[in-house]
Amino acid sequence: MPDSNTIITIRNVVKRFGSSVTAVNDVSLDIRRGEFFALLGPSGCGKTTLLRMLAGFESPSEGEILIDGEDMDGVEPNKRSVNMVFQSYAVFPHMTVHQNVAYGLKVAGTPKGEINQRVGEALALVQLESMADRKPDQLSGGQRQRVALARALVKKPKVLLLDEPLSALDAKLREQMQLELVRLQKSVGITFVIVTHDQNEALSMADRIAVMEHGNVLQLAPPAELYEYPNCRFVADFIGKMNLFDGQVVGARDGRVVVRVNALSDRVGDLELPYDGEARGGVGVAIRPEKLRLSSSEPVDEPVRLRTRIMEVVYYGDENHVFLEAGEAKFTANLQNVSRGAHAGVVRGEDVWISWRQEDTLLLTS
Amino acid sequence: MESWRNNRLVFAVLALPPTAWLVIFFTVPLIIMWVYSFAERGPQGQIELAINFANYARAIEWIHLGIIWKSIWIAAVTTLITFLIGFPLAMGIAFAPARWKNVLLLLVILPFWTNLLIRTYAWIAVLRTRGFLNFGLEWAHEKLTILFGFFGTAQVMGEFQPLELLYNQKAVVIGLVYVYLPFLVLPIYATIEKLDKSYLEASLDLGAGHWRTLFSVTMPLALPGIISGCLLAFILSMGTFLTPALLGGTDSEMIGNLIARQFSSSRDWPFGSALSFLLLYLTFIILWVRASLAGRKAGPL
Ligand SMILES: Nc1ncnc2c1ncn2[C@@H]1O[C@H](COP(=O)(O)OP(=O)(O)O)[C@@H](O)[C@H]1O
Ligand SMILES: [Mg+2]
Repeated sequence: MPDSNTIITIRNVVKRFGSSVTAVNDVSLDIRRGEFFALLGPSGCGKTTLLRMLAGFESPSEGEILIDGEDMDGVEPNKRSVNMVFQSYAVFPHMTVHQNVAYGLKVAGTPKGEINQRVGEALALVQLESMADRKPDQLSGGQRQRVALARALVKKPKVLLLDEPLSALDAKLREQMQLELVRLQKSVGITFVIVTHDQNEALSMADRIAVMEHGNVLQLAPPAELYEYPNCRFVADFIGKMNLFDGQVVGARDGRVVVRVNALSDRVGDLELPYDGEARGGVGVAIRPEKLRLSSSEPVDEPVRLRTRIMEVVYYGDENHVFLEAGEAKFTANLQNVSRGAHAGVVRGEDVWISWRQEDTLLLTS
Repeated sequence: MESWRNNRLVFAVLALPPTAWLVIFFTVPLIIMWVYSFAERGPQGQIELAINFANYARAIEWIHLGIIWKSIWIAAVTTLITFLIGFPLAMGIAFAPARWKNVLLLLVILPFWTNLLIRTYAWIAVLRTRGFLNFGLEWAHEKLTILFGFFGTAQVMGEFQPLELLYNQKAVVIGLVYVYLPFLVLPIYATIEKLDKSYLEASLDLGAGHWRTLFSVTMPLALPGIISGCLLAFILSMGTFLTPALLGGTDSEMIGNLIARQFSSSRDWPFGSALSFLLLYLTFIILWVRASLAGRKAGPL
């Protein structure tokens, strides 16, 4: 039984379209009351389909969905206490901003006085009070999105569903809206479920993230855990950047496993990595680019160190991305430009030492 | 590269045939008719060019105004019925599964492939006193009589009286609805088809039922198509001639029939021309009102 902390329970949900497409494949997860939850995955992985099943626009082929303990099987979208912000916003073009926000209250038969008051509050929440009498075609994309938000929030839903809400905004506005959505969510206390294919968006906004691929949820974790402890190659690679190598488990020693990475073994020997599960056979060994350290002289106290050649340096202003090679092994290192000219010595064609801490190395068994 | 519009020779060569066609077969006859509308009818029906408004004055005499009014009335009723049938039909096609859509559209357009005259005669076969519809009704009546006979109450059915369906205004309206249904369905279908379906989903999501969504969201958003379709059906049935001529009776002469009569048995081309232009002006006024309404909506506030 879901406890009172759970607002949405998804149990073994499968969604098939026709006989060939399985958009969502046996997903089970709980969404907690009041959290900012993100469904993250590449395009076509089934995020929207899962969200639409929560809203009631699609019904699961198998499995069940509970919202606040209630089975949603056969419950029409207009009878669910969730509201959705559509990817296209779907702000009614023939109604003013005020009429758009009032629509959901009007169809529910809310008294006129209360409608005006609540619409006013909702518009204030998204800072659109001055636009109440405008038509949507007199608004910018960002403003239309706020209307869509106000229109959904004014219904005081138990859960607000947002399908790629920021994808149509330009980069600056998107960053600003990320912060604003988080502020909004904390202030209204409503559970937000957001769908996105943008890992930065998910990491910066969500309390917990479910990473999806091919209709499956691969990992469900808070952002930091997802980034630092991805549980499989797909998640490791999809979230942020990763230096990934193939290796074999060759032994185990008190809570650590010994891994031989073919591309590195003749330079650094076998790696001893902390791992509390059971691992054998082929595994992935991964290290984040920003966790590599570069030095011109051999860092003798570092257990994992090797000499590499700088193949390319790409300058991003705040960071340099350095592409390195040591025989078969290719690395990317991200260096913060902590002061002007901090990495003046890092130039193409030079040889440098790279090193990293054993504890920062990831072992990926799948 | 230069736009082909800038190459005057090419443009002229390409534009000449359609322009010539329009001028010779549309503009020139229209001008001739316009000149005739101010002419006088000679004693043998010949046309004597003049400049007087007598034909127009005659056109708005009570007897002719009555016919114009009846035409407007029949066209309005036809448009209403066509809309009541056509709007759900257009919705149905727009929301049908993709593989059915083309088949359904084809069925709507299919009648165009048969000559209107033949299709109208087919309606005569359906509607006349000894037509298919009355046969069907008679058959049903017979079966019901037998059924009631089992309960010994056959007499409640009485004698079968064939319905008088042909040669009256009802028949004209039925025929017009049938002929102009596709003209109304297609523009409405086109707007609904293009409509972003998330508007409808948003309405449902906000708690509205399907009927509420239909009246508050779907219909307002499909309004341009609805107006186009209804205007098309209205204007076309206003000026119709064949349907009332074949299916109508003495009570259902429309302005089209009146005009046709001037060019045939009455041999009064000037009066016929004046009536035609009256109809044309009426159509222009309707289109102008529509355009200015649309313009006002598109304008700022
Ligand atoms: N109505 C539908 N009919 C058939 N296939 C669909 C339908 N909706 C989605 N799909 C398919 O399901 C898969 C997942 O789609 P979607 O949930 O939209 O992915 P995402 O939102 O993650 O990009 C895709 O392969 C898509 O083509
Ligand atoms: Mg999507």
